[in-house]
Amino acid sequence: MLTIDAKGVYYRELNQKVREVVSKGEKEILLKNVNGQYYIGDGLQGDVKITIEGVPGNDLAAFMDGPTIIIKANAQDNIGNTMNSGKVVVHGNAGDVLGYGMRGGKLHIRGDVGYRVGIHMKGYKKQIPVIIAGGKAGDFFGEYMAGGVLILLNLDNRDDRHITGDYLGTGMHGGTIFIRGNVDKGLCGAEVSIHEPIKDDIAVLKGYLAEYCADFNLNLSDVMSGCFKKIIPTSLRPYGNLYAY
Amino acid sequence: MFRSLVLPEFLAKIDQVKCIRCKRCIQNCGWSVYSWSGDKVLIDTFKCVKCLRCYHYCPEEAIAILDNPVRYRNNANWGFYNIRNIKKQAETGGIPLTGMGSDMPYPVLFDSLLIDACQVTNPSIDPLREPMELRTYLGKKPAKLEFEKGKDGKQKLKTKMPPQIKLEMPFIFAPMSYGSISLNAQKTLAIAAKELGIVMNTGEGGLHEDIYPYRDNIIVQVASGRFGVNPDYLNAGVGVEIKIGQGAKPGIGGHLPGEKIPLDVAKTRMIPIGTDALSPAPQHDIYSIEDLRQLIFAIKEATDYAKPVSVKIAAVHNVAAIASGIVRAGADIVYIDGFRGGTGAAPSIIRDHLGIPIEHAIAAVDDRLRQEGIRNEASIIAAGGIRSSADAAKVIALGADAVALGTSALITMGCTVCGKCYTGNCSWGITTQKPELTVRLDPEVYSERLINMIHAWSHELKEILGALGINAVESLRGSRERLRGVGLDAQTLDILGIKPAGR
Ligand code: SF4
Ligand code: SF4
Repeated sequence: MLTIDAKGVYYRELNQKVREVVSKGEKEILLKNVNGQYYIGDGLQGDVKITIEGVPGNDLAAFMDGPTIIIKANAQDNIGNTMNSGKVVVHGNAGDVLGYGMRGGKLHIRGDVGYRVGIHMKGYKKQIPVIIAGGKAGDFFGEYMAGGVLILLNLDNRDDRHITGDYLGTGMHGGTIFIRGNVDKGLCGAEVSIHEPIKDDIAVLKGYLAEYCADFNLNLSDVMSGCFKKIIPTSLRPYGNLYAY
Repeated sequence: MFRSLVLPEFLAKIDQVKCIRCKRCIQNCGWSVYSWSGDKVLIDTFKCVKCLRCYHYCPEEAIAILDNPVRYRNNANWGFYNIRNIKKQAETGGIPLTGMGSDMPYPVLFDSLLIDACQVTNPSIDPLREPMELRTYLGKKPAKLEFEKGKDGKQKLKTKMPPQIKLEMPFIFAPMSYGSISLNAQKTLAIAAKELGIVMNTGEGGLHEDIYPYRDNIIVQVASGRFGVNPDYLNAGVGVEIKIGQGAKPGIGGHLPGEKIPLDVAKTRMIPIGTDALSPAPQHDIYSIEDLRQLIFAIKEATDYAKPVSVKIAAVHNVAAIASGIVRAGADIVYIDGFRGGTGAAPSIIRDHLGIPIEHAIAAVDDRLRQEGIRNEASIIAAGGIRSSADAAKVIALGADAVALGTSALITMGCTVCGKCYTGNCSWGITTQKPELTVRLDPEVYSERLINMIHAWSHELKEILGALGINAVESLRGSRERLRGVGLDAQTLDILGIKPAGR
């Protein structure tokens, strides 16, 4: 494992260095003393594993294609923007706009997530992007979602906020959202409906959550014991009748 | 009972005496206007859009496509399309769509601008005998150049040049996605761009594998739908463009309906077949100039700072301030699309009533960037209704570095600007994905026509430069002293930064 001390290093040099060692074949990197540096893992390809100590800045793992990034603390906004494959694990909370336009790979967040998470997430062939957050989410969760899976667990229920914010799944036209707990129809967009998960859904959930629980040392049966709701779009073509030809 | 109260726009007619029953019109019409009755061709004129495909392919010149002489009663206020659209909305409850740029009679400022020429006191240049430079570089230019002595004792450039896109002439092809246009239309653009030494732009539909070989002549686009965007895509061309807006539909998103997304388009966009390809109105990761800066640099990081990043916006009221913000956010190119710019599909109410003309926008942006001392920080591309090399010369004189051509390029492929691109039935095989229609557009054949047209424009541009007594298009850029206005009011002249003719 290669250790890079990020203390006082400008993001451009830090990321340049990471790209350089990855291109030389490094498979495991520890970034120490990270403090708000942007764009870590941006556009990075390959199967390298990067562990981050400290809080990385915005746009982590944007366009990323393959690597695994583990963040031992909180993370900020815009993680996994248009990510193609790979994985990001955040042991704390994460900010707004996670997984925007994400096509593949996984974001596992132990704590809460902010606004606009999973907007326009897609899926393509065998690529199924997955975002799992252990806490609560802000408004616009899964807006315009076109594919993939969003799972929100509310494991700790630390405050009396709703599990999600307003505009849940607005404009959604593909993919699935699972929420562990009750969903207020009033918070949902007009384009979605709430269902009880069927047996197959539970099996799918279990698969995703087993990996999630392993990442954070959680007990899978405790997590699965909650009551889940499934949210799916009512149409693949929400705006099909909007226009006159 | 009536069929529809929406008046047909056109009257398709066949001269039954001339008609030899060859049925070519039936095969050629993408809109199924014609059908065979057993002994003659039947016409459903309600469907005709006047694309003129049948007219050109009728061997006997038996076809006439007339504007429907039946119009609503003349009324200076309630025009034909005001009434027609209301009837359409009454029947469908939908938003009427349209294609191509606005056809509304807003004044076209280009037609009130005249270019200077040399007489007696300053010599003109003959471009047939003397070299004339059209080469244009798009990208950030350093504010100053530094030199140092090399090992061999010679002066060397010390300043590190930011990445540039080299164009042999100041034209690029406007972004048109695979999905909005056919793959053959994109190939036509790619072949021509390569041959001409200019670039085409993928639009936001991803990059089809057939276009990958043209990597030196491609700008890839990233828009709110992020279709087909991954690290390979970002690095597949010579530049990356972030699309914020489009002149024909500023502030609204794109929407490619599911039924127009066959397998190949879905593959290129990397989305499942049959779902709508929705491009949300804003990019939800960009709500401010600071957010834009983040995406610009996320792309620069992903491309190792090797490619210029362009930001495309629609020309709107506050365009000068917005462009200044975009340049300060780190963009290398600002692409401005005037309200007359083309589109594959837009609500007509948006296309015809939002935005500002490109002439005002370029003048205002160039002014603002110069005042702020940052004009060198980014190149400016003007788009949206450039109809000729004269329009191109005028908009360059107003401050643009290069112009983007969309509609004019499609016209070389057969397009007659019928404006019905949104139906997906284009008889010319341009804005359709129906295989029986797209095969008509042979990229090898039509790229020749496109190359011819760009060559002709380049020659014209050289003639204009020669008449101006200058030998490089660079010397025309922002040279407003060489423009005069006719019949323009004082304020418009002031905005354009030009004098009236006679002064
Ligand atoms: S080919 Fe075009 S012009 Fe001819 S009938 Fe069909 S729509 Fe009308
Ligand atoms: S591309 Fe086709 S449908 Fe669109 S205006 Fe041209 S001829 Fe008409």
